[in-house]
Amino acid sequence: METVNIQINGMPLRVPKGISILEAARSAGIEIPTLCYLKDINEIGACRICMVEVKGAKSLVTACVYPVNEGMEIFTNTEKVRHSRKMTLELILSTHDKKCLSCVRSGNCELQMLCKEFGVDDENAFAGETIHYAFDDSAAHMVRDNNKCILCRRCVAACDMQGISVIGANARGFDTHISSAFDKDLATVSCISCGQCIVNCPTGAIVEKDDTDKVLAAINDPTKFVIVNTAPSIRATLGEAFGMSIGTNVEGKMVAALRRLGFDKVFDTDFAADLTIMEEANEFLERVQNGGVLPMITSCSPGWVKYCEHYYPELLGHLSSCKSPQQMFGAVMKTWYAQKLGMDPKDMVVVGVMPCTAKKFETKRPNEAASGYPDVDIAITTRELARMIESAGIYFRHLPDEEFDSPFGESTGAGTIFGATGGVMEAALRTAVEKLTGEPLENVDFKEVRGMENIKEAEYDVAGTKIKVAVASGTKNAKVLLDKIKDGTADYQFIEIMGCPGGCINGGGQPIQHAVVRNFVDLKAKRAEALYASDAQNKKRKSHENSAIKELYADFLGEPGSHKAHEVLHTSYVARKKYE
Amino acid sequence: MLKKISSVPFRGTPEQEQQLQTVIDACKSDKSQLMHVMQEAQEIYGYLPYEVQVMIAEGMDVPLEKVYGVSTFYAQFSLSPKGEHNISVCLGTACYVKGSQQILDKLTEELGIGPGECTADGAFSIEACRCVGACGLAPVLTVNDEVYGKVTEKDVPTILAKYQH
Repeated sequence: METVNIQINGMPLRVPKGISILEAARSAGIEIPTLCYLKDINEIGACRICMVEVKGAKSLVTACVYPVNEGMEIFTNTEKVRHSRKMTLELILSTHDKKCLSCVRSGNCELQMLCKEFGVDDENAFAGETIHYAFDDSAAHMVRDNNKCILCRRCVAACDMQGISVIGANARGFDTHISSAFDKDLATVSCISCGQCIVNCPTGAIVEKDDTDKVLAAINDPTKFVIVNTAPSIRATLGEAFGMSIGTNVEGKMVAALRRLGFDKVFDTDFAADLTIMEEANEFLERVQNGGVLPMITSCSPGWVKYCEHYYPELLGHLSSCKSPQQMFGAVMKTWYAQKLGMDPKDMVVVGVMPCTAKKFETKRPNEAASGYPDVDIAITTRELARMIESAGIYFRHLPDEEFDSPFGESTGAGTIFGATGGVMEAALRTAVEKLTGEPLENVDFKEVRGMENIKEAEYDVAGTKIKVAVASGTKNAKVLLDKIKDGTADYQFIEIMGCPGGCINGGGQPIQHAVVRNFVDLKAKRAEALYASDAQNKKRKSHENSAIKELYADFLGEPGSHKAHEVLHTSYVARKKYE
Repeated sequence: MLKKISSVPFRGTPEQEQQLQTVIDACKSDKSQLMHVMQEAQEIYGYLPYEVQVMIAEGMDVPLEKVYGVSTFYAQFSLSPKGEHNISVCLGTACYVKGSQQILDKLTEELGIGPGECTADGAFSIEACRCVGACGLAPVLTVNDEVYGKVTEKDVPTILAKYQH
């Protein structure tokens, strides 16, 4: 690797040629602030916060995009630099609504933090004309408040990264604003509700639609039996909202917090993930044996499902008809469990804690009401749960570790790894292989499908049957596989797709990590590690070993794929238009 | 200036669509031709409504939002059709000092549309221009190819009446 000699703040350094000043400084332990910069996907030098002084340069330069050269002398903390950054912040504030006290991102806002860091002492230093934008709260999952937008375009980059591109910068100059084509409401364009724009927004301009009031109202209603279930990945990320390090498994504390919030039952969506595997593995084997549509594609991720409906409606036949774990969970609660309790399902409120904003949309999908009532009443994100815990005065870090309630607190390691890309495939293979061979599977680790690569492929020889699988996360990567199916070059039998890059652990509902973390820490891998560690420690690692599942089939559903199972656990899809 | 999106129904013809498709077919292998295709489309349709932008997005394999972003960034693109009678008011220096802004305001008041817009029935559109080279007649407005000089606010209803059926 070719290197160059540079100096940063007088410190001599040898760094790879061509890297940015920002990266060079980072390698020397010097942090240069950024706002618009997202490594690889938004390197546009637009916000001007990362300005540094370079000896001999006519003016300050943007560290995020300026490459280092031999002999370059860089100064990151001069009076001139600090003055420039402060003025840039004051200019950004001139069109920002500054309603920090009522902003959900207060305390976790990158703009607010920088203002504090650079001593902004007059938020109206450049008071002048402003434009008032109406909220866009048309979509099921999020609210856009352009009055808080700083035009960094990180949301646009995230939407492009997903291959969706339904938002962008429109008009010009002072009128520039982020919106959809023809300034249509988000609900009327082909947004897939993945929420990647939200987790990449530095301010409160894009936030999830808050449904915590509905949850609290249900808890406070004595006539309602409120059941909560937490998706596999929540235990791996919730701790971040309370300052714990990335990848800390907080399952025990999470359960304790939910109990203290007043839920009647605290169950684990992992149970439903195991149930999904029972149905999905069965559906897959049926398709293989009976000449069904192949490759079969997983259907757990509602962002992915909506993507397929909008952009590849002709491929909907490839989607597994299985409901997602969240919906299967709700369906089982309001049918079998209600029956067991002797309760009318209308008195049940099922709340999902999800890593995902698309789950809010999913609860409202058609054909997701096995009992006649919606399978799931309310889906909240990890962030919303964190806020509920905070506002209830629960000191999360000091909670004891508690266990999920029985019987739907039981799960296997297979259910847990659903939260990471490749996890659903691995879980399905563990069950499908054992079913096909009829022999106990000794090595349950399918390491080929693990990891954070965009697309993974593997081929297995199972009792003489060759099974070729592919795994993609992020809808732009999914597109590569879908195009292969369309042009007939895909030779896979089974594909797992998760809408968000890295899977649910990096979902749009997860705790916000600032760009500086996203740029320089492998957030996805660290979070995923917590799930794989939990799987490795679990005595049961195959979904069909879950005793609650066995009882459910013995007592209620019969066999996987039975008529009853189809009634309760399967769904259908809608061909949607790309343009309304 | 924020561009107004027209509510005039799209009245594109199969011939126009064919013309646009020919342009797209010639350019679709090179996404950097997007601006050119948009310019040609505006030549064909007179403006770039939703339906036309969707055709361009699909044809060029570019997200619709990107097409819209370009169409709202550059002043040359219009989201409103030209009316049957396109009124152009000169806001150049000579006309402006002679009061052409008041004439534009009067037109806006009479027709209920602003510059860059078209009436819902497609009869009139208004635009502001810079100097038609008839400063001696300031203030000047044109209706299609007809030039009106030394116009006063009071003349506006009379001029409009000539074109109202």
